[in-house]
Amino acid sequence: MMRDNLICFYTIARRESTRIFRIWVQTLVPPVITMTLYFVVFGTFIGSQLRDIGGFSYMAFIAPGLIMMSIITNSYTNTVSSFFSTKFQKNIEELLVSPTPNWVIVLGYVSGGLIRGLSVGLLVSVVSLLFVRLPLYSIVYTVLFAFLTSFVFSLAGMINGIFAKKFDDISIIPTFVITPLTYLGGVFYSISLLPDFWRAISKANPIIYMIDGFRYGFLGISDMHVYSGLGMLVLFAAALFAANLYLLNKGIGVRS
Amino acid sequence: MDALVISDLKKTYGSGLEALRGISLEVREGEFFGLLGPNGAGKTTTIGIITSLITKTAGTVSVFGVDIDVDFPAAKRMIGVVPQEFNFSIFEKVEDIVCQQAGYYGIPRREALVNCEKYLKKLGLWNKRQVPARELSGGMKRRLMIARGLVHEPRLLILDEPTAGVDVELRRGMWDFLAELNRGGRTIILTTHYLEEAEQLCSRIAIISDGRIIENAGKRDLLKKLDRETFVLDVSMDGSSLPELDGVGFNLVDDTTLEVTISRGRSLNRVFEQLSARGITVESMRNKTNRLEEIFMELLE
Repeated sequence: MMRDNLICFYTIARRESTRIFRIWVQTLVPPVITMTLYFVVFGTFIGSQLRDIGGFSYMAFIAPGLIMMSIITNSYTNTVSSFFSTKFQKNIEELLVSPTPNWVIVLGYVSGGLIRGLSVGLLVSVVSLLFVRLPLYSIVYTVLFAFLTSFVFSLAGMINGIFAKKFDDISIIPTFVITPLTYLGGVFYSISLLPDFWRAISKANPIIYMIDGFRYGFLGISDMHVYSGLGMLVLFAAALFAANLYLLNKGIGVRS
Repeated sequence: MDALVISDLKKTYGSGLEALRGISLEVREGEFFGLLGPNGAGKTTTIGIITSLITKTAGTVSVFGVDIDVDFPAAKRMIGVVPQEFNFSIFEKVEDIVCQQAGYYGIPRREALVNCEKYLKKLGLWNKRQVPARELSGGMKRRLMIARGLVHEPRLLILDEPTAGVDVELRRGMWDFLAELNRGGRTIILTTHYLEEAEQLCSRIAIISDGRIIENAGKRDLLKKLDRETFVLDVSMDGSSLPELDGVGFNLVDDTTLEVTISRGRSLNRVFEQLSARGITVESMRNKTNRLEEIFMELLE
């Protein structure tokens, strides 16, 4: 039985990665171009006028944030658009009529989000090296934060995909929730520079912990507790996984 | 052994639509079973429940003795389904679509490729295996779905109107293919609008209407129920009057077309004799509709 589930998981993961690399001009190229522009405009043009943060150049400070931003956006976008398009084309029925357990379906789609999120993250990291020599303080924290964040946002994208009924529904959350929270999540500034009131509000933004922890992996500096960031990611992952499973078990959005 | 047992199956959709009002039927192993009925009768809902795409409101379904409420995954392993609407990704390649389906049933890709080759060759799609599905013609897309439904070698194959929109020649080819599968021991359930198709292929037929089974019998028994038959005669007649015959109805459609309805057990000879006596020459003759269609219309009336 476990063997069957593994084959099934591999089949979904293979299909997802085939899709990502088949349409690489849509999936891999745009984030790399956008992030290159951020590096040029914010890092080189504006950053050269700014003073160091925590002993690092502005460029080195924003690089981990920009990498994380692309991981978050691409993990989420991949699962929401892939799952919604299988619903739209009705080929989700291929999986539903098969004996595949729902937890395998969730993990399969999430693997697609991980593949795209982490591939884009890697590409953007390579691009960043053209602009700045990034130190690597702890590879364990870097990889752990990248992986868990990608996992959490892939799961969140899947929930969005389950509920989505039309194409508009797949861009609402990225536009109105994820993008603002990421911009306000300390990509471009250290929250220690904020007035008390705004700093307190910022602490309610979960993305701040992810970017801060990831930056800690590279630079060894952080505004928050790294362990609380990790703990929060694990909790989010568990809660979102359970929510996905609940929705699929109930047949919401997929069975009538 | 029964391949499928459905008892008192009911489905009421969220909108309040009562699609199934308690249907029961059995399909024996090795049978070619036809499920007929007008649009909206409940055929697709029934198939949806058996394949888990639709959740039932009440009743039970078991597949080769496995109750879907007890072990749906085990039941699903024995079922292959070919739906009415295209439901594959048009961007994926033919071979990938078929092999992935095998993967969802736990069949490793190496084995899947063997089955995939077998069915794509049989269905005339082998040279299209590397082509994205969107480039296939309508008939090829249907055959792709049949290959996909068979790749895990299910014991029970369910086809929901597989020949809708398929040209005559191709339809004949598909019939031959399905008949061969059935002879090989596979149980087949078919829904169709083409009564000729059911008459040609199915050994047993159930007719469903408005969420209820209104007839369920062997094809021969069903055809025996036909108590009258209508023939269309192409005739030449010059002002001659139509005969009056007991148990025979005449209807002159136009100057050269005559419809004759004959009760069961009546001989056509007397009709011809009478027509001939009045100087009416019969040039040719055909059935007005196929026999099953007449029963179907009668039952639905």
